[in-house]
Amino acid sequence: MNKPVDPAATVTRAEVEDLLYHEAELLDSWRLDDWLGLLTEDAAYYVPPNDKPDGDHRFTLFTIADDIVRLRERIIRLKDPNCHAEFPPSRTRRLITNVRITGIEGDTISVAANFDIFRYRRNEPPREFVGRYRYKLQRRNGALKIAERRVILDAEELGVLGSVSFLL
Amino acid sequence: MNDRTNGKNGQANGHLVLEDRKAQTFSVNREVFVSPTVFEDESRAIFDKCWIYVGHASEIRNPGDFRTRNVAGRPIIFCRDRQCTPRALINSCRHRGAIVCREREGNARQFYCMYHGWTYHTDGKLKAIPGDDAYGEKFDKSTLGLVEVPRFEHYRDFYFLNFDRDAPDLATYLAGAKEYIDLVVDQSPSGRMEIISGVQEYDIKANWKLLVENSVDDYHLVTTHSTWLNYMRNSGVNISVPKGQLLPTKGIGKDLGNGHLTTDNPNYRGRPVAKWISIYGEDAKADIDAIRKELVERLGETRAARVADTNRNLVVFPNLVINDGSSVTVRNFYPLGPDHMRVTAWALGPVEETEAQRARRLHAFLTFYGPGGFATPDDVTALELAQQGFAAWREVQWSDLSRGMGKSANEPQLHTDEGHLRVFWRRWSELMEQHP
Repeated sequence: MNKPVDPAATVTRAEVEDLLYHEAELLDSWRLDDWLGLLTEDAAYYVPPNDKPDGDHRFTLFTIADDIVRLRERIIRLKDPNCHAEFPPSRTRRLITNVRITGIEGDTISVAANFDIFRYRRNEPPREFVGRYRYKLQRRNGALKIAERRVILDAEELGVLGSVSFLL
Repeated sequence: MNDRTNGKNGQANGHLVLEDRKAQTFSVNREVFVSPTVFEDESRAIFDKCWIYVGHASEIRNPGDFRTRNVAGRPIIFCRDRQCTPRALINSCRHRGAIVCREREGNARQFYCMYHGWTYHTDGKLKAIPGDDAYGEKFDKSTLGLVEVPRFEHYRDFYFLNFDRDAPDLATYLAGAKEYIDLVVDQSPSGRMEIISGVQEYDIKANWKLLVENSVDDYHLVTTHSTWLNYMRNSGVNISVPKGQLLPTKGIGKDLGNGHLTTDNPNYRGRPVAKWISIYGEDAKADIDAIRKELVERLGETRAARVADTNRNLVVFPNLVINDGSSVTVRNFYPLGPDHMRVTAWALGPVEETEAQRARRLHAFLTFYGPGGFATPDDVTALELAQQGFAAWREVQWSDLSRGMGKSANEPQLHTDEGHLRVFWRRWSELMEQHP
C-alpha cells in the first residue's frame, strides 16, 4: 500500500544546503539553462521593492515578479549578447548562510537563508547585495526542486546598487 | 562659431547648445554632462525656477498622512494636514535645523524634533517649545512654523512646488503637457488615478539630462531593447516593422511648450487600458473589452481611441517623466553630481481597478520598466556608457541631435527623430543663459 510520504521525515538541512549551494554555483558560473532545471514547472521568482519587503506582487510594484513563462524569457535575455546590462556577464559570488527549514506544509518545504552577493564589472565600483532568501521547495521524482524563490534585499533603496540585471 | 570639430573654440562663444539651421545640425557640448559649474548653475537656473513634481494626492489620502522625500535637493514633508489640506513643508526644525520627520511614510499627529523637542502641527505651525519661559517677551512663536515651500499647486492630483515666488501658475507653466496628463487621467472612470505601493529608487552613474533624452528617444529602441522585442515576439506580440520604419508603428515627437515634450505613438505593445496582447492571457480578453467599452461610453469613440490606442512618453520640464506605454510609470530624477543621478519611479493606475486588472497592470509594468525589467537596465547601461565616453569631452566635444532637421516645418517630426529632444535642449539653454 502507498503510504503518503511525510516530507518532514525525508528532508534534512544538509539536503537543502546542497541544493542552495549547487544553485549558487550555477548562477555564479552563468549556467542558466542548468539553473532552470532546478525549478518546478510552475516556479516563480520575486524581488520585492525595498520599501515594501513584505508586499504582495499582485498589489505592489515589485522590482521583479516573474512567473515561469517570464522567467524562461529572462534566461533567454540574459544569454543574449544584446542584454547590454549584462554584457559581458557580471562576475558574481554569492555567500549563503543561516540556512534553516522554517516550515513544512503539505508537499511544500519552506526554507530561509541569508546571502551576500558581490558583483564586479569593469569600469564600475564593486556592488554588494545583502539580504535574505525565502524558498518554497517541492519534490519532483524524488528530487528537491525550487517552486518559489523570494529575494528580499536589506538596502533601504536600490540606490548605488543600480539595476538588478543579473539573477540575485 | 559652429565648428563642431574645432577643439579650441569648442564652446562657440560660450554657447553650449548650437543650432545651425543652414547646416541642419543641432549640437550639445558634452561639457554640460561633466562640468561641476554647469551642475551648480543648473540647481539655481533650472531647479529653483521651474515647477518640480512633489507627489500625487493618492499618496496622502487621509488627514495626517505624510511622505518624506527629497525634492530638488531639499528635504520635504509632503503631507495632508489634520484639516485635510495638502502641504509641502520644508523638513527642517526652525530652532537648529534637524529633520523633524524621519520616517519614509506614515500618519502623524504632529512632527517632533528629537534634538530639543520642538513640536509642530501637521500644517507646519509651531505647537510647543520645551522651556519656552526662557525666551524674551517679543519672541514670536507664531512665526516659527515649519517653512512652507514658496509655491505649491496641483494639476489633476499631480502636486508640484516652485522655489520661485514669482513663477507663473502651474497650469500656465504646464502648457500643452496638460492635454497629455489628461490622456492618462481619463483612464479612470472617476478621473482618479493612484500611485500603487512599492517604489523603485535606483541610481544611474550618468548626467540627469541623459535620462530626459532617453525617456522619449524612440530611435534607440530597436538596438538597445532588442531582447525586450524578442520577449514580445516570443510571447506572440506582432512586432514586425513595415518597410521604411524603424519601429512597428510610426509615431511623432511633439513640442508642448515651455520645454515640455512627448512622443505620441500608435500602440503595438499592449495597454492595460485598453488593448489586449497575448502576454495578458486569453482570459483577460473579455475584461480588456469591458474596460474599452466603458471608455467608449464615457468618452465617445474618438476620445476612447485616443486614450486606449496610443502610447505617450511625456517629459514635464525639467525632470518629471510620465510614460504611458506598457503600463503607466511616473518617475523623476535629480542630479547628485554631474555624473550621478537618483531615479524614483512609481506605477500609476485607476483607483477603480479590480484585483485582476491591477495584477495585470503590474505584470505589464515589469515586462519593460524598472531596475529589474526587460528594458530599463539596458537604458541605464546606455547612459552610463555615454557618461564614460564623456571623459574625453575635451577631445570629442559635441553630441549630435540633428535627426529630422532636414524636414520642412509642416512635415511632422517622428518619434525616432530628435525634434522633441531639441525642445528640451532649447529650453535648458534658454534658462541657463538667462541665469546671471
